[in-house]
Amino acid sequence: MSVLAQIAQEASDLQNIEAAGGAGMAYGLAAIGPGIGIGYLVGQAVQAMARQPESAGQVQTTMFLGIAFTEALALIGFVVFILLKFV
Amino acid sequence: MNLLGAVKFPPIENVIEWPAWLFEDSTYFAFNKIAFIHFLGLMIPVAIFVLGARGSGLVPRGFRTVSEGIVNFVDTQIAIPGIGQDRKPYLPLLVSFFLFIFIGNITEVIPFFQMPANARMAGPLVLAIIAWGMFIAVGVRQNGLAYFKEVLFPPGVPKALYVLVTPIELLSTFFVRPFSHAVRLFANMLAGHILLITFGVLCISVWSASGLILIQLGTFPGLVAFTAFEVGVSLIQAFVFTILAAVYIGGALHPAH
Repeated sequence: MSVLAQIAQEASDLQNIEAAGGAGMAYGLAAIGPGIGIGYLVGQAVQAMARQPESAGQVQTTMFLGIAFTEALALIGFVVFILLKFV
Repeated sequence: MNLLGAVKFPPIENVIEWPAWLFEDSTYFAFNKIAFIHFLGLMIPVAIFVLGARGSGLVPRGFRTVSEGIVNFVDTQIAIPGIGQDRKPYLPLLVSFFLFIFIGNITEVIPFFQMPANARMAGPLVLAIIAWGMFIAVGVRQNGLAYFKEVLFPPGVPKALYVLVTPIELLSTFFVRPFSHAVRLFANMLAGHILLITFGVLCISVWSASGLILIQLGTFPGLVAFTAFEVGVSLIQAFVFTILAAVYIGGALHPAH
């Protein structure tokens, strides 16, 4: 009985570790692309604003839109993390 | 000596699920903290605009300054870039979105609430479905059923490519759009909430473990800094949600470009 319980305990521990590792990996991988994308996007927007300060307002609005679209991938990764870790 | 072993993160249910104050849990009428924040999100804008509508004369004073400032901000920063000249009928919807979402977000950092109402999927999902129904209705009303033809078969694409373009457009416009619209707000607020809890738990654990004042010098400023960061995030997320709704409505009004 105790051996079986121990095996079951170990199996469930292993499952927890796998879930945690998978969750961390999911978020880490999902953050790579949007990280590069947002960096590039904001860099270009700053360049545009520096070159043409009078169009800064328009560039800023478009920049926020672009960030929202790019960021969605990282956020879906975060949701996957929550689903793997807690559900 | 087990430094991090002392840090115990509460189970996720403890930080996002709240017991009902009125009626019973897990019924449709359960009134808990989230429902209360949504109620505030409804009543505070109503109060601001009712009080703001009372003044008269050319120079705005008091609440009228606040309400005119909010409408002016949404008009110039969100409605004009998103929709364009024929934006007037949709301005009330955008102002309501902005204020409701902002109040639902900012409770994240207000003491005694410390829970963003939008960190529960139900709220953002309903708002995203409203925006989704709105842009489809606007598109159909403005262009008739040709709206679907314009979206699914965009002009200027070679005929052979419609095999590829039409399913992508169908999925991205009518199915993925409300989903990503809602998840963007929900995940941002949930992530911010968990971040603040993590730093709060860290502060408490380090404080209660004796002789670790030096580490407290690192964690407590972190908590303060992230609280300030979350104020910005709640404003930007309200802005982003509203401008995306405006862009979707604008795209349905003028599907050619």
